[in-house]
Amino acid sequence: MKGTNLGEFEELVLLTIAAMVTEAYSVAICDDLEKKTKRSVKLGVVHAVLNRLEEKGLAKSSLGEATNARGGKRKRYYTVTNAGKASLLKSKELRDQYWSLIPELTLKRI
Amino acid sequence: MEEPKKKAPPAWATQLLTWYCKPELLEDLQGDLNEYYDRNVKTKGIRKARLIYIIDVLKFFRLYTIRKPEFLNLLISWIMIGSYIKTSGRSIVRNKLFSAINIIGLAVSMSVGLVLIATLSDVLSYDKFHANYNKIHRVLSRYEYLGDKGNNFMATTSLKAGRLIKEEFTGIEEVAILQSGFDSDIKVGEKIVPLHGYWANESFFKVFSFELLHGHTATALKEPFSMVISETAAKKLFGNEEAIGKVVTYNNDKSYTITGIVKEPPFFSHIHFEMLGSLSTKESDKKALDEEMVWDSVWNTWVYLLLPQNADIPLLKSNLAQLSKREDPSVKNTHIELDLQPLSSIMFRDSLGNQMGPVLGSTLLWVFGGLCFVVILSACFNYTNLSIARSLKRTREVGIRKVIGALNSNVATQFIVEAVIISLSALAMALLLFFLLRPHFLSIEPDIQKMFTLHLSPVTILYFVGFAIFVGIAAGIFPSVFFSNINAIQVLKSATSFRGMNRITGRKILIVIQFCISIILVSASIGVYRQYQHYISFDLGFNTENVLNISLQGNKAELLKKEISELPEVKGISQSLLVTSVGNYWGTNMKYHGTPNDSCGVSYNSIDENYIPLMGHQLIAGKNFSVKPDSVEESEVIVNMQVLKRFNIANQDPQKAIGDVLKVDRKNLTIIGVMKDFQYGRSNNKTSQETVFRYLDRKANIMNIKIQSNDLIGTYAKIESIWKKIDPVHPFEAKFYNQQIEEAFAGLRATLKLAGFLAFLAISIASLGLLGMVVFTTEIRLKEVSIRKVMGASEGKLLFLLGKGFVFLLLISTVISLPIVILFFQNVVFPNTANHAPLNIFEMLLGVLAILLLALLMIGTQTLKVARANPAEVLKNE
Repeated sequence: MKGTNLGEFEELVLLTIAAMVTEAYSVAICDDLEKKTKRSVKLGVVHAVLNRLEEKGLAKSSLGEATNARGGKRKRYYTVTNAGKASLLKSKELRDQYWSLIPELTLKRI
Repeated sequence: MEEPKKKAPPAWATQLLTWYCKPELLEDLQGDLNEYYDRNVKTKGIRKARLIYIIDVLKFFRLYTIRKPEFLNLLISWIMIGSYIKTSGRSIVRNKLFSAINIIGLAVSMSVGLVLIATLSDVLSYDKFHANYNKIHRVLSRYEYLGDKGNNFMATTSLKAGRLIKEEFTGIEEVAILQSGFDSDIKVGEKIVPLHGYWANESFFKVFSFELLHGHTATALKEPFSMVISETAAKKLFGNEEAIGKVVTYNNDKSYTITGIVKEPPFFSHIHFEMLGSLSTKESDKKALDEEMVWDSVWNTWVYLLLPQNADIPLLKSNLAQLSKREDPSVKNTHIELDLQPLSSIMFRDSLGNQMGPVLGSTLLWVFGGLCFVVILSACFNYTNLSIARSLKRTREVGIRKVIGALNSNVATQFIVEAVIISLSALAMALLLFFLLRPHFLSIEPDIQKMFTLHLSPVTILYFVGFAIFVGIAAGIFPSVFFSNINAIQVLKSATSFRGMNRITGRKILIVIQFCISIILVSASIGVYRQYQHYISFDLGFNTENVLNISLQGNKAELLKKEISELPEVKGISQSLLVTSVGNYWGTNMKYHGTPNDSCGVSYNSIDENYIPLMGHQLIAGKNFSVKPDSVEESEVIVNMQVLKRFNIANQDPQKAIGDVLKVDRKNLTIIGVMKDFQYGRSNNKTSQETVFRYLDRKANIMNIKIQSNDLIGTYAKIESIWKKIDPVHPFEAKFYNQQIEEAFAGLRATLKLAGFLAFLAISIASLGLLGMVVFTTEIRLKEVSIRKVMGASEGKLLFLLGKGFVFLLLISTVISLPIVILFFQNVVFPNTANHAPLNIFEMLLGVLAILLLALLMIGTQTLKVARANPAEVLKNE
């Protein structure tokens, strides 16, 4: 069913939101992802994903206070909803399950 | 401090974002972009940052960011449109006179626009039926002798060029070659049918999509002595029998096998034929072919190239240039320049010689379009003029709308809708006029009938509606801007204090322009009409009255002559090579032994011994030709005075020139007569031309019959029945000389008709506009007039008071436009035309006077109505 599964990039964005706690807004998320993944992340893509996450009910947003930066425009802060937390946990569990099945030897060869 | 403006991102991009973005996403998105922008300004500089900003704004144009059309707004505007239509309808009905003026004016001008649209859609649909429409190009050539670049390009090229391109060029899929001359009588058993067509090579059906009903596209024109005929031709030749595989006789000579039946070429094809002969037939005659395979024989072969998709046209053109560079030395002093023309431009290119059929040319289209534009503009002026003039009555309505909450854009929409409603109702009337106009437009010139049908298709109707809406918007845009900018408070406070009338000068200028256009068109038409009359009744130097010229079409004249001469009405019969003075020329070279180094071109007509007395040519000295048997070598010539002048023969004394010898067409001919100069070419060509008469030593083309009868039509019918008896195959082609002269000026006549018609339209529209203005201004001054009347002003004085302003405008228009026309004729038209009639300013003034009288009549009746109004009634109502 659409909406319950997380795409790779969606999961990353959702994790970033969770990690940044109260400071998660589009540009910050974009910068953080760029730093951690070492690949160029386009604002437009992040924006689209944030929009989608909100539509799926995995994240919610609220507008912050106006500041002098950003031409007086307010930031939109994102937080993870309960459903978002659940789906993050679910995907972690899934991964852990697989990890526990892999014999240690297989990976040591890398 | 830094300038904030320079630092800010481009405003238009921000605006674009605001426009398309959903409001709930907008602020956050704008903030993000600003943050990025600031960052980029620091790291990459302002210019780059601005560029990135713009790109980002465009990139954010995504499905989820776009503002969805809001249901409520949509609903409101739909409801309002209904209301606009209702109020507009009411306002139209309330002001019956003004609406009628607007609708009639727009309808009249739009009907011409409709003709233009129908014409355009006809022209654009030419040749579209070819599957390879976009890939076919025609090879053009330009003949240049001794570096004289005066010649225009021609649609034809040489057979040699066509074959060389076919053999040597790479990157061309197929080459179709057509050649004129495959016209003759086709004989099947006892049946003879004259057919018209072309020689064509075997690629013809691969390049063009003429539909073969029987036969194979690849092989139909491959073998020598095979031919393809059209469905109709097949029916004419064989009736309902199977035609394919039959053998027919061409020109009483060769036998051809019919290898294909082609569906009738569509009307909108620039190539029309009844039959096609295989070009390989000509190639089977080696000697004749060698004679034709000459580089500078560029007069009768059309070459079409089928190019692959995305062909490199510039490269191909440079290859053509190289080809002509290589082949030019094969002919002396001659350069043939080759060029390509796509199929789509065939109907539009001007002054291209040797066309296959009539083409329109873009100049004519532009002129016609320009005149249409002027007429439509004039009608739009009327609309603007009258709407704003009436603004006083509508301002309060607009004010209340605004107070209730209408935005500027709502008001603007309302007035645009009103204009569009008017233009759509005008379209209905224009369509009616279009059907009335169509036959007249088609009959302006015979060629036009061959080129256009002006049939309406659903697409053209769609164009018409689009055109009407466009005209409506164009007419309504100015009033709608005017009304939407009205200040509601000011208007509602006091309607009279609102100065909607301060554009009076502008409106006066519009009236003057309209009348200038009308006067220019009318006086120019009168001027051209005078020229036309002058040319068709020009004194040619001989008598063309009651002469019937019959085209013999290859028939022997003797039998016909014998039969016709038995008619009592026939006073004389002669034969000639061609009909002079209607634009036919036949020329050769001439030399005189007195001046051996000088030779000149000479026009001639070959005639029999009856021609000179029949036509009334005047011999100054010497005698006419006498009867000679056909076998005798040509030895005599009759010259005109200009020939004596040209070579100064016998000091230009006609008597002494008799017996002298001229070398005409490499033959030594004795001068036996000298005649007065006559007009050999059309009467708008120069008069003094070296002209000679030679004795007809071969089959004549034309038989001239002088008739003396009160019933010319009856005599014509008698002669026609004789023709049908003698030649049942060919249709009777005969015309009276005077009629032929008129036809020689058909182009001028067509221009005249068109200009006259447009002048009529311009006058109608200008008069309507004037009428509206007069009605309006007099109505406004009704109170003033009544008070004046109460105070004792006489009707005459009031008439003068109300009318003088308009009369003044008319006089200004006359003073401006008449000199323009006169200068135009004297400086542009006359220097380029020979034998023109003098400009008759009196006649032009009469035309102008007629317009002025019409206008005065309108001003007079309207002002009189106001001046006669009972002041008590008017003042009571206040």
